[in-house]
Amino acid sequence: MGAAAIGIARQRNLFGVVLLSGIYSFLMATLLVVLDAVDVAMTEAAVGAGISTVLLLGAIYLTGGTESKPMHKPWLPLFIVAATGGTLVYGTLGLPAFSDPDAPIQQHVAPRYLVEAPKETGVPNVVTAVLASYRGYDTLGETTVVFTAGIGIITLIRRRKTRQKRGSGEETG
Amino acid sequence: MRMDIVLRVLAKLLIPFALMFASYVQFHGDFGPGGGFQAGVIVAAAIIFYAVIYGLPSARKVVPDGLIEALIAIGVLIYAGVGVAGIVLGGNYLDYFVLDHNPVHGQHRGIFWVEVGVAITVAAVMLKIFYAFAARRRDAEEDDA
Repeated sequence: MGAAAIGIARQRNLFGVVLLSGIYSFLMATLLVVLDAVDVAMTEAAVGAGISTVLLLGAIYLTGGTESKPMHKPWLPLFIVAATGGTLVYGTLGLPAFSDPDAPIQQHVAPRYLVEAPKETGVPNVVTAVLASYRGYDTLGETTVVFTAGIGIITLIRRRKTRQKRGSGEETG
Repeated sequence: MRMDIVLRVLAKLLIPFALMFASYVQFHGDFGPGGGFQAGVIVAAAIIFYAVIYGLPSARKVVPDGLIEALIAIGVLIYAGVGVAGIVLGGNYLDYFVLDHNPVHGQHRGIFWVEVGVAITVAAVMLKIFYAFAARRRDAEEDDA
């Protein structure tokens, strides 16, 4: 994954960048499978490697295949990115060890969900039960976010249909 | 692309299975990994696959623009409607226990419809984004002509 990320940053040919990001997404999906988050892995494979690759290829088709040389030296952005990344890594040092049963998150509502969800909802997949039932508002909000994104895309990218086009649009189908 | 018979035959073979897998992910989401979001994305991917192989105009014939734009809103409305149904039947908003005499069945019913709403909106938005990108050059050329 590191190699793919460096390749994406170094590559000037955007077609290569798109393919590398697809590879990166597939690697990420396998990593998520290893972490037992199959739902997320499925999403990552379908969205990251599938649909975004097609969308990026469509964007390349519209814009052109090579990235232009940057006008400024990349030192300031590089410094900011490195500092932010370093802070985040430093922050992870304070986290409890991976899959530690005594971690605060395992002590709070997680045991209740795991014990009660199959009884209360009759849904064996606790992830689905939590997402759709216990955190229904949350998921409604997420769906609304997706909805808003769709509306934004429609208003930003869609071209207004002119009368002349509407007349000729019928036989192009 | 139009003459590529291998791709066209393969697409015809694969797309039904992709849609079948999407419904499996959708309706089996209670028991295995999956759910509305994943199913919606897989449906969208299947239709995008169709559009890539057979061309955007034929995909637009199968799933027209107007239908997609309506579905974007319909999904959210289904989700919100489940919440309203909870209020009508005497519970709180998005309270599924009241949707059936048996609270557990009510939960099942609520989760099912909520996931349907999520899948519809996600699939429609993904397709809309794809259509918007893929159609842009074509529409521009048509406008110039």
